[in-house]
Amino acid sequence: MTTLGLGSARAGIELRQFWRERDAVVFTFALPVVLLTLLGSLFSGVYPGSPVTSAQYLVPSMIAAGVASATFVNLGVGIATDRDDGTLKRLRGLPTPPLSYVIGKILLVAVVTAAEVLALLLIGVLLFDLPVPSDPSRWLTFGWVFTLGVVACSLLGVAASALARSARSAAAVMNLPYVVLAFFSGIYYTPVGALPDWVIRIGSVFPLKWMAQGFRSVFLPDSVLPYEVVRSWEHGRTALVLTAWCIGGLVLCLTTFRWRGRQTS
Amino acid sequence: MTDDAVRVRGLRKSYRDTVAVDGLDLTIAHGEVRALLGPNGAGKTSTVEILEGHRPRDGGDVSVLGVDPAEAGVAWRREIGIVLQSTADGAELTVAELIGHVARYFPRPRGLDETLALVGLADKRDSRIRKLSGGQRRRLDVGLGIVGRPRLLFLDEPTTGFDPVARRQFWSTVRGLDTTVLLTTHYLEEAEALADRVTVIADGRVVAEGTPDSLGARQVATVVWRDGREQTADPAAVVARLSAAYGGQVPGLSVTRPSLEDVYLDLIGGSR
Repeated sequence: MTTLGLGSARAGIELRQFWRERDAVVFTFALPVVLLTLLGSLFSGVYPGSPVTSAQYLVPSMIAAGVASATFVNLGVGIATDRDDGTLKRLRGLPTPPLSYVIGKILLVAVVTAAEVLALLLIGVLLFDLPVPSDPSRWLTFGWVFTLGVVACSLLGVAASALARSARSAAAVMNLPYVVLAFFSGIYYTPVGALPDWVIRIGSVFPLKWMAQGFRSVFLPDSVLPYEVVRSWEHGRTALVLTAWCIGGLVLCLTTFRWRGRQTS
Repeated sequence: MTDDAVRVRGLRKSYRDTVAVDGLDLTIAHGEVRALLGPNGAGKTSTVEILEGHRPRDGGDVSVLGVDPAEAGVAWRREIGIVLQSTADGAELTVAELIGHVARYFPRPRGLDETLALVGLADKRDSRIRKLSGGQRRRLDVGLGIVGRPRLLFLDEPTTGFDPVARRQFWSTVRGLDTTVLLTTHYLEEAEALADRVTVIADGRVVAEGTPDSLGARQVATVVWRDGREQTADPAAVVARLSAAYGGQVPGLSVTRPSLEDVYLDLIGGSR
């Protein structure tokens, strides 16, 4: 079989394991969905000067958090588990081209991320009347923010997988930085402009804040801009920061990636 | 080139300041089942992992199926099967799913039903791997090791933690395979039951090698009676002589051969 054929076979196995693993489904997939439903139902009110409700404001931010979860948390936990339970060691003993493992993970992340975004978008539209943009240029923005965000967060997830000592600790090790970062990026606390200055400054270093801002620019009207940190969607800076994280994430992956667990010498 | 399945000369491997493998030689013929015996820390797993291509070596010549494992690629891996020491992968998959998946990596794999029958898991076909017992999980690992029809199979301590019944089932599985096998174990009975030849290693070196019943000084029996003892290669003759001398019953007579365990403990004790 070809590398690509084996890669898609790996994707089939990866997807089956993901959906059957209760921890993965609950933490990685369901958490953003549950949080959006809960927080969206709790928050009420309309931002003065705009037609945007608190719940609608939350939806694009949660989509960014959902992408981060389906990429960063998913890969970090998944690879740490593969290292710990012997999956990687088995694959190295088989006639497996290493690239087929990578292709399997890419396809897994693609499917889970797409399902995550779709679920969050559906909740936004059905529960919170989020208007879906019809302007193609907005979908173009969605396309590049999504692509850069997925690549950056995936690479960071691969790099962070080395931090977990075992499969059991992986979910905890990956979820703590994720939840803290989501808070610092103004995902749960709306609007982002109301966050303390030092929190915004820390959040602005990381990709999640920029991905969330990019998605808000896709789904929300410009009349909500006064509630952002600056009165602009800052597309140029968003692209710059996300691209920088793609490059930084790749460098981190190449320097820190380990096929073996820590306990094996 | 060599006609042997495995040929190792002067293998060396150190970890920081400890020497794990210290000039080891090993030759395994095609079709042979070879057991590698030794105490914990003797260098068994290091040796096997070097032969499997999982671990780099510090020195020596290694040829496995005519190829140096350190430089071997995908084509070589199609010819070998590896059963790792402990595994927990694929817990959420079914037995059939994981075997079917691993089969895809090989050009002409065994069929699923044939593989399941060989390892005695036909009735566990659609069970989740998470739900298998320890013995069933090990037999699945062997199934994953043989599904690609390897010419050489590595079994690293395959029955550690088995109950006696599971161990015997496992042995009959291995006896049913028609392939060269390199087995590491610290169960003497296991080596005796499965291996054509046994290599005993201690402190990273070979201390003895031979068939299980010729290893060490096993042919020498000890005849003990009330008034004396004698070591001999022909105990029947000694007993006949004694019987004649005592006029029938020999008081307190016993004839013993050292068990493989006695020989083994002697060998590894002698190297300490």
